[in-house]
Amino acid sequence: MKLPLTEEAIRRYARHIVLPEVGGVGQRKLLAAKALIVGAGGLGSPAALYLAAAGIGTIGMMDPDAVDLSNLQRQILHSMKDLDRPKVFSAQERMEAINPGVKVVPYHAKLSTENAPEILREYDVVLDGSDNFPTKFLVNDACVMLGIPAVIAGILRFDGQLYTIIPKKGACYRCLFRQPPPPGLIPSCQEAGILGAVAGVLGSLQALQAIKILLGIGEPPAGQVLFFDALPGEFKTIRVGRDPACALCGDAPKITELREEGEVCVL
Amino acid sequence: MPVRVRIPTPLRTITKGAAEVSAKGTDVRELIEDLERQFPGLRERIVDEGGEIRRFINVFMNDEDIRFLKGKETSLKDGDEISIVPAIAAGAAPSDEHHEARGRSQPERT
Ligand SMILES: [Zn+2]
Repeated sequence: MKLPLTEEAIRRYARHIVLPEVGGVGQRKLLAAKALIVGAGGLGSPAALYLAAAGIGTIGMMDPDAVDLSNLQRQILHSMKDLDRPKVFSAQERMEAINPGVKVVPYHAKLSTENAPEILREYDVVLDGSDNFPTKFLVNDACVMLGIPAVIAGILRFDGQLYTIIPKKGACYRCLFRQPPPPGLIPSCQEAGILGAVAGVLGSLQALQAIKILLGIGEPPAGQVLFFDALPGEFKTIRVGRDPACALCGDAPKITELREEGEVCVL
Repeated sequence: MPVRVRIPTPLRTITKGAAEVSAKGTDVRELIEDLERQFPGLRERIVDEGGEIRRFINVFMNDEDIRFLKGKETSLKDGDEISIVPAIAAGAAPSDEHHEARGRSQPERT
């Protein structure tokens, strides 16, 4: 942590170091930091590229899937040569190619109630770019229980949502959404779709938010909720407080151990 | 009392694609009734059988979560903006074949 930056690091991170809000001190913080990305897809791709380029010292990448041709429309970590290969390995290769100074830890697995605590507790911040509600709730619940900041993003068609969860300080994902939507009440999966660049916007915002949290700069992130609507081209940021009645982070929590929410139609 | 209402993507099939509509009401409850008159079927997407806002949907008045105001009794005035925000979670398109398979094979226990 106290190690001076090498010549090469000073050159590589010159555009960070010149920012008064970052400086050499901030860059050393980033090099010592550990971030976990859940999902090496449309959101996780840009997030991973920016975190690696920024010199986040240790980056965990978790995803159970292999690269499919239909992923390449937006998942910019992967290439044609990676088809059928586990996403975490193409992600690792790509990140290390950008910055050999970062350590990438691949987890070729799905986040579960069993593996979440032991994996998540190793990290300073968790970025959720998963494509399903059970994983989003699990990331939220585990991070709140372990006291780890989480940046959760969701995308659909032309819309994006970004939730910054600082445990006990602002709204958690469950304060906002007490449970995943049941199937049938919202348009079916077939109506889903996503413009690739929308994923790029949200994934980049996740990386930015994680870096701000690690550096401790900018507006206090607790309970920040950002909505992006690509068609009119609008961003809206609001702040939502912790719900004292939240089953997870409220004054009398009902959820005291991790549980798996049922898989439902992905909106 | 026209209030601007932001309609989220999943509900735009009911508003004929409109991302923003205008509705009237002195409070959120009346506003939802007016939305239902204009766009039949919208109400049941927002509130449950008991008339409560659904648990995976948030309603914001201007920048405030109405749960922290007066809920459905939150009063509205000219020019307010209401945003209806459901949880969204798509990171992969449904045509990605592994996706369906994962839904079926869940829960995984090893
Ligand atoms: Zn909460």
